[in-house]
Amino acid sequence: MLSRAAWSVVLRRGGLGTRGKHSLEDSGKTWTRKMPPYTNYHAQRSYPMPDEPFCTELNAEQRALKEKEKGSWTQLSHAEKVALYRLQFHETFAEMNRRSNEWKTVMGCVFFFFGFTGLLIWWQRVYMFPEKPITLTDEWRAKQLQRILDMKANPVQGLASRWDYEKKQWKK
Amino acid sequence: MASSALTKPQMSGLLARCLRFHIAGAFLVSLGVAALYKFAVAEPRKKAYADFYRKYDSVKDFEEMRKAGIFQSAK
Repeated sequence: MLSRAAWSVVLRRGGLGTRGKHSLEDSGKTWTRKMPPYTNYHAQRSYPMPDEPFCTELNAEQRALKEKEKGSWTQLSHAEKVALYRLQFHETFAEMNRRSNEWKTVMGCVFFFFGFTGLLIWWQRVYMFPEKPITLTDEWRAKQLQRILDMKANPVQGLASRWDYEKKQWKK
Repeated sequence: MASSALTKPQMSGLLARCLRFHIAGAFLVSLGVAALYKFAVAEPRKKAYADFYRKYDSVKDFEEMRKAGIFQSAK
């Protein structure tokens, strides 16, 4: 699960080619950040308060903001509060919990391998399986069923209750 | 980025509400399943057995089985 979070981050950042500098859309600032496998930031719905903040290397402006955070929070503007949130957390709960289309890929692969296994077993049945044991041939099974009906097995609601003993056929 | 005022969400009693919902639901579901089983499976089965054995002749049944040849001790 942790590597899946990291992998989705990597995919959304456009692959492993962008290392080093990243920019956040609404603040318009750039800072250096380590790529996902090398940080200790892991947040999930079941573990919402990670040990480390998301951005650990801050530029001067962000350090000033962190100093301002130590004072009274009523003096922070809305934009500053959002910037502090984005320093501490990678995504909001809404962003983190967004649904995806991954299940379609998973089900597709599952069905594909079902089909592949079916083809393998078909080939085995044609070229590899031995003869059926005598008890599974049709003649033996017919005689076995006749014997079960003669013994009147489950005559109330089961097998023998469906057999018509006068006409010697299954009841309609 | 001015947002309109949101309604304050429910702040307390969440577990109590969840528990009440689920306990009541569990009662209803289990009683419903039990009632459904009784009237769809158990009662018809009792009736089927009663009807079968009302007109059951065990000697005739035995003779039919003996003629079919399944016994080893009574041919």
